[in-house]
Amino acid sequence: MADDLPVRRSRSVAAVAVPLILALPVAIGLVGVLLPAFGYLPALGGDDFSLDPFRQLLATPGLMVSALLSLASGLVTTAIATLGVALLLAAYHGTTAVRVMRQALAPLLAVPHAAAAFGLAFLIAPSGLIFRLLAWPLGITRPPDLLIIGDPLGLSMMAALVAKEMPFLLLVAFAALPQADPDRRLRLAASLGYGRMAGFLLTVWPGVYRQIRLPVLAVAAYASGVVDVALILGPSTPAPLAVRLVAWMNDPDLSRRFVASAGALLQLAVTAAVLGTWFAGERIAAAIGRRITTGGRRFGRDGALRPVAAMPVILAGGAVFFGLVWLSVWSIAGFWAYPAILPPSLSLATWSRSLAGAGGPLANTFLVAILSASVALFLVIVLLEARRRQFRASAGRVVRLTPAVAALIYLPLLVPQIAFVFGLEVAILAAGLEPSIPLLAAVHLVFVAPYVALALADPWFAVDPRYEQVSASLGHGAVTTLFRIRLPILTHAVLTALAIGFATSVGQYLPTLLIGAGRLTTITTEAVALSSGGNRRVIGAYALLQTLLPFLAFILSGTLPRLLSGGRLAMKRG
Amino acid sequence: MNRPMANPPGSAPTGPVDGLTFQGVEISLAGRRLLSLDRVVAPGETLTVMGPSGSGKSTLFAFVAGFLDPAFTARGRIALNGTDLTKLAPQRRHLGLVFQDALLFPHMSVGENLLFALPPGIRGGNARQAAAEAMLAEVGLAGLFSRDPATLSGGQAARVALARTLLAEPRALLLDEPFSRLDQALRAATRDLVFARIRERNIPAILVTHDPADAAAAGGDLVVIGEAEAGEGETVGAPTAATAP
Repeated sequence: MADDLPVRRSRSVAAVAVPLILALPVAIGLVGVLLPAFGYLPALGGDDFSLDPFRQLLATPGLMVSALLSLASGLVTTAIATLGVALLLAAYHGTTAVRVMRQALAPLLAVPHAAAAFGLAFLIAPSGLIFRLLAWPLGITRPPDLLIIGDPLGLSMMAALVAKEMPFLLLVAFAALPQADPDRRLRLAASLGYGRMAGFLLTVWPGVYRQIRLPVLAVAAYASGVVDVALILGPSTPAPLAVRLVAWMNDPDLSRRFVASAGALLQLAVTAAVLGTWFAGERIAAAIGRRITTGGRRFGRDGALRPVAAMPVILAGGAVFFGLVWLSVWSIAGFWAYPAILPPSLSLATWSRSLAGAGGPLANTFLVAILSASVALFLVIVLLEARRRQFRASAGRVVRLTPAVAALIYLPLLVPQIAFVFGLEVAILAAGLEPSIPLLAAVHLVFVAPYVALALADPWFAVDPRYEQVSASLGHGAVTTLFRIRLPILTHAVLTALAIGFATSVGQYLPTLLIGAGRLTTITTEAVALSSGGNRRVIGAYALLQTLLPFLAFILSGTLPRLLSGGRLAMKRG
Repeated sequence: MNRPMANPPGSAPTGPVDGLTFQGVEISLAGRRLLSLDRVVAPGETLTVMGPSGSGKSTLFAFVAGFLDPAFTARGRIALNGTDLTKLAPQRRHLGLVFQDALLFPHMSVGENLLFALPPGIRGGNARQAAAEAMLAEVGLAGLFSRDPATLSGGQAARVALARTLLAEPRALLLDEPFSRLDQALRAATRDLVFARIRERNIPAILVTHDPADAAAAGGDLVVIGEAEAGEGETVGAPTAATAP
């Protein structure tokens, strides 16, 4: 096959080039904070290397508390979210309740972090739904004087992160479950006398966790460096590290940027500590699991425990769902005093005012999202196809991305955004680029592509390779086969990946804030900016608008394939 | 294990040979030889390849079709009517593939599946549809042109798959356990249909199977590979005596 060689070489070039393109901004961004952190940024008069930025950073009051908040946020959020998923599946895998829950939670993927945080805030605030419901039984007529929003320990911030991430991890786990062969393993465990939950946790869960490990680590990295949720619900005295960094980066006193860069490196260390601690936790959990497995206790009576095990997921899903409902009620509320549970009068005034102002940001959001998601889809398809063609079907081997390639693509999910987006902003300024839609879309691409790859890789490699062999034997070339066989068969998966990419872009706060530099705003930056103002009606309208775009994308990705397939039966699954 | 068989009349022992020629074909994996083959399959004849699963039957199939995984190393020459196949891209080999699954494209109707296979030389919507309908009638499925493949029975799907393969006017057929998913009654009928088409079109065919009844129905040479199972280091190939004298 001598004439095949150049083709194969170009394939392996693509298999390496795409991950490099996606990881390059992270590298540039890290250099962009590394140099100023050591005092070097000629544009701001930093011509010499020094440790001054670190000295100033360490002298900042409350720095230790900020860093610890970030550390705790990463660990607590991830631990509760992962444990909640494991417990729910252990107690109820294979039941109708879980199937219903899967259907019900799927739309929550569309809810951006900021909207979920606003929704939770509207529920748990002293004047929120919960304390309105409690007003009559407790006999109170005024909102209690409690510091719930922005509590110094960051508990409500972590609650919002858990509420948003637990449904995400649960959906990822659902997708991973079949490969862990749950039904046969559970039957086997039951026949040996193991209780349902112990049987699941000991025989099925390790296989599921291995597959969802990357998303779990992404949650840990995200929660340790989160900005938007922390601005809405997090403490301010002091704030988590990432929030303080943003303030320094936007400080009119440009010299603060040296300190911000040093802080970005500290953030990197905090996130690394979170991941390192998590790895240690994984080992401990595995050791405990082994001990229980070899001990032989059956834990046969877990009936009473099961409803308790389902609580975390139910609370999380309920919080996001009712939060959204409450946001929408506020957006149409007229005058609404405590402790009335429902607004006595309704009005569309908020919407007419909000829509008038939201047009520009909405258009920006849409353009950036569709651009970055489409380009990400294209790059991911090139990458997956290049990888797939390094294999031929006959060996029956499982095709996967190589660990090195996977590490490069998923890197932006594991490095805290703030640690390199700020450096990227510095590099963009240094290159003299103005904020523009394509530039913003290019930066979003870095965060969108990993999720598109996560969504598309498994279905892409799962298509029976013999379909393409048949097509080739009928005389059709690679391009025809791609467009007429592979992509049509994968219509649903491709559109879902596109919708996930779209939703990821819509939810991006920090990159939009820093790269847009205030001149390019999206619905997300506008919504988060409203949080300090405290106008609940406008916040409700903006948070809903922010949810609307990804929601529409998911609806389209679900219905379009049915229209395109002309109602063919085998195309309806999935 | 090797049924002696006279060389079919008309197949010249030297020079460009009609049919499918294997010359010193050897496939190995990580230095271990899986199989070797020296054969001529004359037009209209079927060479049956048998062996336990994992013996490399499907590897031979993949090598002929051009889908051999790069993990394997293959040597030797496979010529179809005098043209070396191993130098050609899969889509230029003019081989018809039939698998144990019908593999009808799920997003196309039965008719679209057939039209996808029909060479572009036949022009005009009506002419193309007529050709496809005629082929459907030939396999006994007239009138199913607009059906969704997912609504076909197993036997119907297998026949549509055969029709699709034949429409592309292959110069040789590769059959990978094509009848193993069919029940007894259907299997006999489908077998007859396939072998009748091979003789009628006078093209060579390779049949990979582990059903001795398939081999008997094919009525051609039989090669057994992989007698020595994995672990013994070497596999018994077809005796070289099977090549032209």
